[in-house]
Amino acid sequence: MTPLQGYLLVSAFLFAAGLGGALSRRSAILVLIGIELMLNAANLNFIAFWRYGPHPEVLTGILFAIFSIAVAAAEAAVGLALIIAIYRHAKTTDVNQLDSMKG
Amino acid sequence: MTVPFFILVALTLVGAVAALALRNLVHCALALAAALAGLAAIYLLLGAEFVGLAQILVYVGAVAILIVFAILLTRSRPELLPEGISGSPIAGIVVAAAVFAILAWAVVSFGAVSSSTPSALPPDEMRRIGDALMQRFVLPLEVMALMLTAALIGAVILALEEKQSAR
Repeated sequence: MTPLQGYLLVSAFLFAAGLGGALSRRSAILVLIGIELMLNAANLNFIAFWRYGPHPEVLTGILFAIFSIAVAAAEAAVGLALIIAIYRHAKTTDVNQLDSMKG
Repeated sequence: MTVPFFILVALTLVGAVAALALRNLVHCALALAAALAGLAAIYLLLGAEFVGLAQILVYVGAVAILIVFAILLTRSRPELLPEGISGSPIAGIVVAAAVFAILAWAVVSFGAVSSSTPSALPPDEMRRIGDALMQRFVLPLEVMALMLTAALIGAVILALEEKQSAR
């Protein structure tokens, strides 16, 4: 197994763990944590392919990961603000109980 | 495949699983911070110094704190904490295991495309990143700045107290 495959396997496991958490946990905050882990798995793929690709001097993988981190930060901020707004309205963050769009 | 790689991978994966499996939300946030720090160390190991440091600043520094604040702001009575797993946790875990199986099969069986030895790193990575951000990627950089500003304003507006008169 080459080193690149090792990194890709780590990334695949990270993605699967995030997916399983986002699908099976009830707290909205934990769903968001799962999504963050999936985004980080994608970032690890960018960096690993950049490092083991034929042209690491082009820096495209690095820059893609930087932009991806910025987008993920914005997503986390808006997502947590949404969770706080929903909590203030419905008094719960349990995604099983948040089943009506008109409060 | 060195010893530091395995140590960091163990830290990251154990942290990630713990972040999604523990029952106490605050423990989950701490495990998430550990997993993200391990990931940052993996980036440093790969030679991506700027991304590793940005990961520490943005994720371990900001996002983890933001999640802790959200946890503290949204819990009312400890005995009423949601937790536990939703109605059918088996389904989610089975789907995740299937996804991992497919991805791992693809990675292992199509390994021929990957070169086993990394190419030589360019010497002055930071300066090249700065040059690229200011020249070739200046438009995405500006769009990113606009998006971060919009997200900041949007998050503040969303989290503002609802006015009673607005109903």
